[in-house]
Amino acid sequence: MATQHSRSAARLMMTPAVILLLGWMLVPLTMTLYFSFKRYLPMRGDSLERGLDWVGFENYVRFIGSSSFWPSVQATLLIVGGVLVITVVLGILLAILLDQPFWGQGIVRILVIAPFFVMPTVSALVWKNMMMDPVNGMFAYLWRFFGAEPVSWMSDASVQSIILIVSWQWLPFATLILLTAIQSLDSEQLEAAEMDGAPVLSRFFYIILPHLGRAITIVILIQTIFLLSIFAEIFVTTGGSFGTRTLTYLIFQRVVDSQNIGLGSAGGVYAIILANIVALFLMRIVGKNLDQ
Amino acid sequence: MARAVSTRRKIAMTTLAWIVGLVIFFPIFWTILTSFKTEAQAINNPPLFWGFDFTLENYAVVQERSDYMRYLWNSVIIAGGSTILGVLVAVPAAWSMAFVPSRRTKDILLWMLSTKMLPAVGVLYPISLIFVEFNLLDTRGGLILVLMLINLPIIVWMLYTYFREIPVDILEAARMDGAGLREEILYVLTPMAIPGIASTVLLNVILAWNEAFWTLNLTAATAAPLTAFIASYSSPEGLFYAKLSAASTMAIAPILILGWFSQKQLVRGLTFGAVK
Amino acid sequence: MGRITLDKVAKSFGDVEVIPPLDLTIEDGEFVVFVGPSGCGKSTLLRLIAGLEDVSSGEIRIDGEDATSVPPAKRGLAMVFQSYALYPHMSVRKNIAFPLRMAKLDAAEQSRRVEAAADVLNLTEYLDRRPGQLSGGQRQRVAIGRAIVREPAAFLFDEPLSNLDAALRVGMRLEISELHKRLETTMIYVTHDQVEAMTMADKIVVLRAGNIEQVGSPLELYREPRNLFVAGFIGSPKMNLIGGEIAEKHGAPTIGIRPEHVTVSNEAGEWHGTVGVSEHLGSDTFFHVTCDGIEEPVTVRVGGEVDLHYGDKVWLSPDPDHLHRFDKAGLRIA
Repeated sequence: MATQHSRSAARLMMTPAVILLLGWMLVPLTMTLYFSFKRYLPMRGDSLERGLDWVGFENYVRFIGSSSFWPSVQATLLIVGGVLVITVVLGILLAILLDQPFWGQGIVRILVIAPFFVMPTVSALVWKNMMMDPVNGMFAYLWRFFGAEPVSWMSDASVQSIILIVSWQWLPFATLILLTAIQSLDSEQLEAAEMDGAPVLSRFFYIILPHLGRAITIVILIQTIFLLSIFAEIFVTTGGSFGTRTLTYLIFQRVVDSQNIGLGSAGGVYAIILANIVALFLMRIVGKNLDQ
Repeated sequence: MARAVSTRRKIAMTTLAWIVGLVIFFPIFWTILTSFKTEAQAINNPPLFWGFDFTLENYAVVQERSDYMRYLWNSVIIAGGSTILGVLVAVPAAWSMAFVPSRRTKDILLWMLSTKMLPAVGVLYPISLIFVEFNLLDTRGGLILVLMLINLPIIVWMLYTYFREIPVDILEAARMDGAGLREEILYVLTPMAIPGIASTVLLNVILAWNEAFWTLNLTAATAAPLTAFIASYSSPEGLFYAKLSAASTMAIAPILILGWFSQKQLVRGLTFGAVK
Repeated sequence: MGRITLDKVAKSFGDVEVIPPLDLTIEDGEFVVFVGPSGCGKSTLLRLIAGLEDVSSGEIRIDGEDATSVPPAKRGLAMVFQSYALYPHMSVRKNIAFPLRMAKLDAAEQSRRVEAAADVLNLTEYLDRRPGQLSGGQRQRVAIGRAIVREPAAFLFDEPLSNLDAALRVGMRLEISELHKRLETTMIYVTHDQVEAMTMADKIVVLRAGNIEQVGSPLELYREPRNLFVAGFIGSPKMNLIGGEIAEKHGAPTIGIRPEHVTVSNEAGEWHGTVGVSEHLGSDTFFHVTCDGIEEPVTVRVGGEVDLHYGDKVWLSPDPDHLHRFDKAGLRIA
């Protein structure tokens, strides 16, 4: 679709972006891979200058073998799964609600979307202190109002708390995307179904839900990629204690707190592989969309 | 086509939607409200929705004690700088891929996207090491670079989807009308692409402003932006709700306002054009 | 002046040869129509002439000068796109003036030419509107206006009427023909609609799969189609193509007879059949008659109103003077 002249100009203009991203991807990745096969404890005197000992797959084995590994997988799955279920189910309901005609649609939409724009550290701290504090939080007040004993959210229901906070942040994203998808549904299709005598619920299950299928898949995939690496929400609330140490957080602690770079790098490689499995599915969908 | 909806139904929907909307918005509303209370009133039992002494003191204290303006300035520089740099790199790339597609264009786009999916924690140490090596630790320049790189795929993608909506016909018409490459880009492409570029800039300022992994891990005192400033409130000292609220309000207000303008772009930007 | 010569021009996309080497000469002032089914390469050919695509081999000459590697902007041609390709951010006035602005004409001359073009195209009252505020037909006129102000060596039209509704299309067809008569500039017009080709062209180029099937005036193509493809493509309703024994009787593997060259009789004739669906257009009536020994129904055109009904038995006779014969390869037997 173009002439030779424009083609060579195009190649030239693409180069900076490609080189930057290539460097950004390859350099740290190679280093992580390299460290993951080394014993590297800077606190005990290991350093790059003096050379690092090759330990083979020891770091990989030890990372999986450690007593914190499986709990961290469990925490990761619980948090990612919990947030996905909540945001997708509530997202669909909210999207349908926002698609109905009512007064003040614009304003309500803004209210619903707002949490997405709150920076993670702020939303985590606001929820932890203003909402969930067992003495002064809004929830504690509500609990007392109904005669119940306030809950120490951050210690007794820590995973649930994180799920709640993160769901609140991501619900707008799911809602917005699903709303966009609902609005693209051809109204004639719904009218045809209505003419065919389909009641409201069947119309939802046979027409709206299948139409949303692709959008739901995309919400799940994109959120999974972001949720696998949530960090700030845990960092400023529980600091990884009370069963909220996710895989990401465990790796972070190995690298930053215990300064075991080799072990952390091996964990990092696991995380990269995990993210890539999810990414592969996402790419497929996006790629298909490119072909149109 | 749209049919008349019964008023009863509309009233019911309005009530329901507003209740849901207000519940979701409540934590933000409560934070803003609390920022205007005294510390004692902030933790009053029952919670005070009205009848408190309206005060701006918290804002003054936050600024005085923690030098809020410096963090704000860092956020502005880092978010703005990384976005501008990213757009400068991405516009030519997106232009090429949208208007001079080759057989590899799709692969390049998908590959760029895949770099976005690398878990940051997996490369935390190498990046810190590189930062130490090049004296980038706790500098705004270093963060600008990193945030530009993590958002570059999104910028390229968004611009690409916008550019693709500009009909090639129009650019060819310009060529037929005697415009060279320079005139084509200056008089035809740019005016048509400005809304797309603006939305891209908007969304990426938001993403960079809220980024909270690299900003927490690569800064200490001098280059810390608002995300890190707020995180420092996680260890409480005495009564601090009102001040936390004031600090939080100041940190999110600019981006909330920007965000409201960018609802539509949000969907496009974060789904890589897969949902429209 | 606008004499355009294509000398062994070929185009491939990767390994796919879209246009095998072809020669074609377009005389100055001629109205040439490229016609063919979609995917036949007619638009690609136009874009090669425009310079929007590089030729893979061969040479394009405009007024005798080699223009093969001249960028589109410098070829002195104007193009009207199917989508009109108006600049959405500019007013009608600015759209029309754009090529003049690119040519760095002074402001007075620019506005003089724009007003003159607007006057010719009845656009004067819309000059300050944006393209988005115009109807399809008006946009089409703006696109033409943008082309004529340049006073180009030739106009290129890429399916310009396909986005208009039927009634407007007929009107615009006349306007473009009118414009050609007045300007006497070379026009190359691409369409898939053979009616447009027949009504507008001085010369029709029928293309299939990048090959030129036939070049000639509309009536030449109508009277003496060179092969089966052209025979089937030109003329509405389509020529009846008949094979088998009935064709053998006329001494060819395939014979063709246009609907208007078949006579209908209740008593006697060559082929016997049953009347199927009929289409009454008022001035004409088309009958689709299923005949013994002929696979497809034969279309017959009868002037005015004729009293025949579904299921009636009739006799059909082809007019021997207008019978077309084709050999096994599909080529016309002279």
